[in-house]
Amino acid sequence: MVIAVAMDSREGDPLPWIDAAKPTYPTLIDREHRLADLYGIVNVPQAVWIDEAGRIVRPAEPAGAYEGFRQMNRATREMPEDVARRTAQAKALYLDAIRDWARNGERSAYAFTADQARAHLPAVTEDSATAQAMFRLAQLLLRHGEGEEAQRFIREASRLHPDSWCIWRQGAGVTELGLAAQPDFWERVDGLGAKRYYAPVDMPGMP
Amino acid sequence: MVTVLTESGEHDVKAAEPSTGALWLSAKDARQATGWEAKPEGLCKGETCVPLPAGREREFVDGGRIDLAALWRHLDRPVVRSERGHAWVLSEGARERQAALASLEAPDFALPDPSGRMHRLSDYRGKKVFLVTWASW
Repeated sequence: MVIAVAMDSREGDPLPWIDAAKPTYPTLIDREHRLADLYGIVNVPQAVWIDEAGRIVRPAEPAGAYEGFRQMNRATREMPEDVARRTAQAKALYLDAIRDWARNGERSAYAFTADQARAHLPAVTEDSATAQAMFRLAQLLLRHGEGEEAQRFIREASRLHPDSWCIWRQGAGVTELGLAAQPDFWERVDGLGAKRYYAPVDMPGMP
Repeated sequence: MVTVLTESGEHDVKAAEPSTGALWLSAKDARQATGWEAKPEGLCKGETCVPLPAGREREFVDGGRIDLAALWRHLDRPVVRSERGHAWVLSEGARERQAALASLEAPDFALPDPSGRMHRLSDYRGKKVFLVTWASW
């Protein structure tokens, strides 16, 4: 089954999307980004595969996302054809992998063994753990109307845990469409250089 | 009143005074918020006990109260608070998070759906779960 979790601190923000999707599965709202803390999630969409016994089969990883948007024409929002193809390929491959696992369980070629799963665990550091605690405190302060102090904690959390796009984008300003894609976002993306926006996914054929 | 965020959720502790150094809670409030309590062998949560540094016991336990901030620092876990000391987060540390993930037992959580109904991951034990995050931003 699917459990979809919106990493959205302003709880009204994801509702129009959920309404439009008419989901047949639970859609939950994670205002404090608890899953980031518990599972080492740093961006969306990231997914975790969990088997019937509650064991992690594949730890947090980008869920069929490819960073083709970095090569998009930012004025026209057009994507070069080969980039669009790789983006579609990443999504299709990941969906096929999930279906294969749903059918075949641990016999699926996409299901990690326990050792493989451990080898793919995201890094949790003292700084990242402290950053998540600060982010959580910031959300409480926001709910109490103490926005200025909250923003200071979010900035400090982002400084301590720079790999977290969840923290940075949740704290960032948004466009008319509600996307944290203002010029400072693009500057930050460009600042990655050769570094990936979505961590590579260990799956044959994944771009 | 002081609000304390812990692994078990958000706890409004009416009897506690905002403070910027210590977080003194009654034994009952401390246990409710964190599961930790004072025992003859030290401070304990379930089967796990941490002995208190000799001669410094009063820094942690005083009469019926426990300074959770001191305990958390002693455990080397993240403790952050608002400037006024009226809101605190007592979190698990990197070591605990790493150990939990390395066990491969998926950490349980409780989150609401749009109608406010809470769902726990463990409610869905017995099914494969594709746990996927997204966001409006």
